[in-house]
Amino acid sequence: MTQAEIKLCSLLLQEHFGEIVEKIGVHLIRTGSQPLRVIAHDTGTSLDQVKKALCVLVQHNLVSYQVHKRGVVEYEAQCSRVLRMLRYPRYIYTTKTLYSDTGELIVEELLLNGKLTMSAVVKKVADRLTETMEDGKTMDYAEVSNTFVRLADTHFVQRCPSVPTTENSDPGPPPPAPTLVINEKDMYLVPKLSLIGKGKRRRSSDEDAAGEPKAKRPKYTTDNKEANLDRFHQHFRDQAIVSAVANRMDQTSSEIVRTMLRMSEITTSSSAPFTQPLSSNEIFRSLPVGYNISKQVLDQYLTLLADDPLEFVGKSGDSGGGMYVINLHKALASLATATLESVVQERFGSRCARIFRLVLQKKHIEQKQVEDFAMIPAKEAKDMLYKMLSENFMSLQEIPKTPDHAPSRTFYLYTVNILSAARMLLHRCYKSIANLIERRQFETKENKRLLEKSQRVEAIIASMQATGAEEAQLQEIEEMITAPERQQLETLKRNVNKLDASEIQVDETIFLLESYIECTMKRQ
Amino acid sequence: MAGNKGRGRAAYTFNIEAVGFSKGEKLPDVVLKPPPLFPDTDYKPVPLKTGEGEEYMLALKQELRETMKRMPYFIETPEERQDIERYSKRYMKVYKEEWIPDWRRLPREMMPRNKCKKGPKPKKAKDAGKGTPLTNTEDVLKKMEELEKRGDGEKSDEENEEKEGSKEKSKEGDDDDDDDAAEQEEYDEEEQEEENDYINSYFEDGDDFGADSDDNMDEATY
Repeated sequence: MTQAEIKLCSLLLQEHFGEIVEKIGVHLIRTGSQPLRVIAHDTGTSLDQVKKALCVLVQHNLVSYQVHKRGVVEYEAQCSRVLRMLRYPRYIYTTKTLYSDTGELIVEELLLNGKLTMSAVVKKVADRLTETMEDGKTMDYAEVSNTFVRLADTHFVQRCPSVPTTENSDPGPPPPAPTLVINEKDMYLVPKLSLIGKGKRRRSSDEDAAGEPKAKRPKYTTDNKEANLDRFHQHFRDQAIVSAVANRMDQTSSEIVRTMLRMSEITTSSSAPFTQPLSSNEIFRSLPVGYNISKQVLDQYLTLLADDPLEFVGKSGDSGGGMYVINLHKALASLATATLESVVQERFGSRCARIFRLVLQKKHIEQKQVEDFAMIPAKEAKDMLYKMLSENFMSLQEIPKTPDHAPSRTFYLYTVNILSAARMLLHRCYKSIANLIERRQFETKENKRLLEKSQRVEAIIASMQATGAEEAQLQEIEEMITAPERQQLETLKRNVNKLDASEIQVDETIFLLESYIECTMKRQ
Repeated sequence: MAGNKGRGRAAYTFNIEAVGFSKGEKLPDVVLKPPPLFPDTDYKPVPLKTGEGEEYMLALKQELRETMKRMPYFIETPEERQDIERYSKRYMKVYKEEWIPDWRRLPREMMPRNKCKKGPKPKKAKDAGKGTPLTNTEDVLKKMEELEKRGDGEKSDEENEEKEGSKEKSKEGDDDDDDDAAEQEEYDEEEQEEENDYINSYFEDGDDFGADSDDNMDEATY
């Protein structure tokens, strides 16, 4: 794990779980797999606290354990999973767009709690939804569990590995730690239970509890569910591809690509290089209802897409009116390259971007040739090349003419290694987010006193409004915060919002780069 | 050294023109200090994306941050004792729900054990009841050998019972005395395996002592 990643993990853990969990988590990320006592000894925390911290981390799938020989249990942290915590808002918002508020709250509860049983999720979500509904209305459990089942069917929610149930009582001693197993087929099973009940409002909970007859108590399930992050990542990747096609071509072609991706959602695994071949007839049948383009137009679009130099869509055969696949890995590579180009453009200017694209296209090119092809004066071209070289966007390839590698008799070719440039950029992104978080914490700490004061004033106003106070009194309380202080609060709020928004958007870049690096590594 | 034409005169090993400087031209100054910490950028960053989705995600992020702080998973650092106990502190405490993990999914060693909460006397009474005195390292080692000879079956039964008992109790959420002693006993057996010289009734790690004892019984120190 690089230093930047460790720093970012430390900041994320501290913000979400407190300092003790952060200390334990970072120690595990740094040193790898360790047993309980060694952790307690090395970090200097008491055994009790280490246990609590580990319980929290295991619950949230950030730490896994394994039984080694002689009964020693070792704990290992998953650094990449910790970094996913940055993406929680995106997961929740995506579910909202797909499954509306109920789905959104289900995923939110699952992410906040790590893993939960279905009945617990349904109950919590129903209660929360009831809070926001009008007086007198309550949320039915059945509706929530329907949405839950739909989420499980589309693989957004999956079962956690659970303790295997042994029918015969084991003669040996129980193992020091359970080995959790999950059958591939059972991953998306949902227990068939009819949850009868309604959400409760917090205020009137006494009356409701009395009202429900005992017979209608919901049955509780015991196996835990968690959010399937890989499925979300697949969805994000599909979104990115569709919007890229929409930018490059037009709306209709992006709809076609979206349809193709939707058809291969469940059939293609998330790490496959391309989707299953789809025939043109199938695509025609599966187009959304509103789109009435004729078969011929569809065929033309598909041909155009397949001929595009970006190669998002490829033709794999002629049966069924033409078999088409989406080249997922190529698409990711193009997206990563586009990200790199855009970064070069924004950092160094459009001339540098031209040189960068030229080198990308020619693969290996000499300095003299760069000046000629890019039509940029020699001195400037040299300057830009060296700037990009020093920032590691480009690298040099030496080709010696003589065995003694004499510099005057060696060719030096500029080249862009996309994988290593992507890694460098990813590392930079981690550093940026760590900086953003630190700055936000600093800003909040600087103005802590002012924030507390404003919170107290708001609390006072709220309580006074509840008890029915006059306008004049409320005005007086509001004036407790002076105008310059209000100004300061405004500035603080604006800055914190900007920093938060930046974090979310840097995370989008991180997602693209990580997906590209992952799929390239798998290919090799 | 034969190739050294003209003492002390700099000779480049490569073609200087290739790098961009003509022969004999004054080279730029050597940089004597590290680059500035916050260099001026020629190009300002692009403004952030705005839109309904982005605003919603922003609000979500801030809300999530606040909610996480109130969840039972957020473990607060125990503060040092303040010299004056502030009145307002009492009203600013956030009341958190108790969270009890599913012990079946976690390794056994994770279960919290109330070590040496009760004094040695009640413990001895319980030990007498169980029939296995565990106050001496040698005794325990002997016992371990006996148990091994007897076969693992019996020991596992005992542990199974204790574990089930503790499971049920923890599901209900009560902490029972028997439970504590059972866990304590189970734990002690494992503890003794480490061959430390300290007698079991002494407190093990100094950190636990007095810091988090819920019942205000003073530890009897020896």
